Amino acid sequence: MNVMLNSLPFLMQGLLVTLRVSGIVVAAALVLGVLFGVGLSFGPRWVAWPLRIYSDLIRGLPLLVLIFCVYYMLPLTGLNVTSFWAAVAALAAFQSAHVAEVTRGAVQSIPPGQHEAGKSIGLTFSQRMIYVVFPQALRRFLPPWINTVVSTVQGSALVSLVGIVDLMLAIQQVIGRTFKPMPMYILGALIYFVINYALSLMSRMLEARFAYVRE
Amino acid sequence: MSGNDPLVKVRGLTKSFGANQVLQGVDLDVPKGSVVSIIGASGSGKTTLLRCVNLLETYDGGSIEVDGVEVGYDLSDGRRRPRGERELAGIRADIGMVFQLFNLFPHLTATENVMLGLRKVRGMGKAEARAAAEQWLVRVGLADKLESLPIELSGGQQQRVGIARAVAMNPKVLLLDEITSALDPELVGEVLKVVRELARDGMTMMLVTHEMTFARDVSSRVVFMDGGRVAVEGSPKDVFGAPAQHERLRGFLARIELRDI
Amino acid sequence: MQYHLNYNFIWKYFDRLAWGLALSLELATIGILIGCIIGLALAVLSHGAGRPVRFVVGAYVEFIRNVPLLLLVYLVFYGIPSVGGFAYDATTSFTMTLAVYAGAYLVEVFRAGLDAIPKGLIDAGRAIGLTPAQRVLHVQLPTMFRIVLPSLGNAFISLFKDTSLATVLAVPELMYGANWIYTNTFRIVEVWTVVAPMYLVTGFILLGCLRLLERRFAIRRR
Repeated sequence: MNVMLNSLPFLMQGLLVTLRVSGIVVAAALVLGVLFGVGLSFGPRWVAWPLRIYSDLIRGLPLLVLIFCVYYMLPLTGLNVTSFWAAVAALAAFQSAHVAEVTRGAVQSIPPGQHEAGKSIGLTFSQRMIYVVFPQALRRFLPPWINTVVSTVQGSALVSLVGIVDLMLAIQQVIGRTFKPMPMYILGALIYFVINYALSLMSRMLEARFAYVRE
Repeated sequence: MSGNDPLVKVRGLTKSFGANQVLQGVDLDVPKGSVVSIIGASGSGKTTLLRCVNLLETYDGGSIEVDGVEVGYDLSDGRRRPRGERELAGIRADIGMVFQLFNLFPHLTATENVMLGLRKVRGMGKAEARAAAEQWLVRVGLADKLESLPIELSGGQQQRVGIARAVAMNPKVLLLDEITSALDPELVGEVLKVVRELARDGMTMMLVTHEMTFARDVSSRVVFMDGGRVAVEGSPKDVFGAPAQHERLRGFLARIELRDI
Repeated sequence: MQYHLNYNFIWKYFDRLAWGLALSLELATIGILIGCIIGLALAVLSHGAGRPVRFVVGAYVEFIRNVPLLLLVYLVFYGIPSVGGFAYDATTSFTMTLAVYAGAYLVEVFRAGLDAIPKGLIDAGRAIGLTPAQRVLHVQLPTMFRIVLPSLGNAFISLFKDTSLATVLAVPELMYGANWIYTNTFRIVEVWTVVAPMYLVTGFILLGCLRLLERRFAIRRR
């Protein structure tokens, strides 16, 4: 018990790193993912096909492989990034592919008549997206998107394997000092659980709320 | 653009969907202030023709000019270049369309539906756009439904919002694509009443319709399409009244009239 | 930057990668099978059961789904032996973790599958005189498997990718093989340009097999 309490400050620092990594990745993946998703759904062939291939490739790889690949190979291209940014880049690339899929599903559920109506009053493509498509697609986008946020927090634990002192690695380090693995793992599990469960609940609440909005 | 030029000029229009050539050379003039009804069996190309005018469908050959401007292609510097997104948006802003399935924006109220184009395309301020939108909605008889969402409106009411949305943009020509086909019979009248008033007020219109009585009453000219071409064209009296010369038109009208009973 | 590609190193140690891939597939297979048993048992258990049972099953599912797999892997391998007193080897530990992990996801899949069985089938079974047990065995289970086949297949492919985490326990699957070659030859580009496609191609083939199975067996919901 004492062990758990004493280690709490150190774990909190790790948690901050986890949250920081997750936060950056979620933001980057949201922006990129929505852009890619729109490009996939509406873009001309020379845009849609590369995006499709990118998305399938990235999602077909284990996240760990992606992280290691980026982490080890990025320096070779001459870019001098810290391990933090290499790991973040890999995780962001991974999640952006998932967010792109979620976007694609949400956006393609909008009937073509909506696009035609938008065109008929003279709206440009981006205006149609912003004022007609996105507001309607939002309800199909949010619940699965929150699931990608949860999966990002889960995936962030893997950055501990390239030396980033996130919550996961902090737990390992405390165990290295105290030799009491079980209480620490339970404590760590609880912290992750609280964060992710809260997010899952939000997602489920949103799903239920939107179910009342008739088509 | 001289005063005598037709507002919409279609010449030799061709369009194929894959192997199916839907439009096989259509010629049509729509003078300003006139109402042209386009009738024909399904597959005759009438809806495709309409949708080519505001480039919801691209056309392969021929030309469509609205107020002297070629809709689908840029013909300056001698080459025929397909128009880009932005140019098309500008051209479409001046061409209004009302759809068979209404296509109202479900997340916006009636007023907001009409306001959207006014604010984002015509650049009006919020208050100005709202005032104009409400004015049009009152004109089509929906004064008590200004803040209603489309899901709260009947089919006829939704279609009238659709009309308001299109005409609020002050288009040069209004395209109406079978606007009463999806309505319950008792709701058709209220929509046709609005269209009649617009015609009376001088709006140039092209309508594709199955309502023969209406077409006869409101049109300046009626066009019968068959097999991707204009088969018969004339005043309503000529097309509907006198024993039709054209065999396929005769057959078409007979089928329609039988159904109306 | 000077870097001369030399794939000889890779071919020299390729057996590690090949055997590693085989082990990954094996781990995923065992994981999904045991996971199915766990998931199915819990789904059937909670299907008609009272609140306490459903709460316990629900707690298990929520816990596993909201905790990173990596943490679970460590917990099972390092944590449990330290309080239990016994020990097991890395492969067994990882397989059990994977099974428990899969089980949590599969409970949901099977629960949805059970709910999706048209009631008419059960009534038909009753009508021709099958006992409850026979109904379960001959009507409900086969129908349910066909309904859940796509989800099961996707779960399997997902699990295959998750086997890459076994590398932290030094289980000699594909990822570990890749890391081993890297630490011994430093030929990073060559390693990853071979291993990443191995994962991709395997995933692709699995997806293809899944599609074939679906075509043959699955009940499509119209």
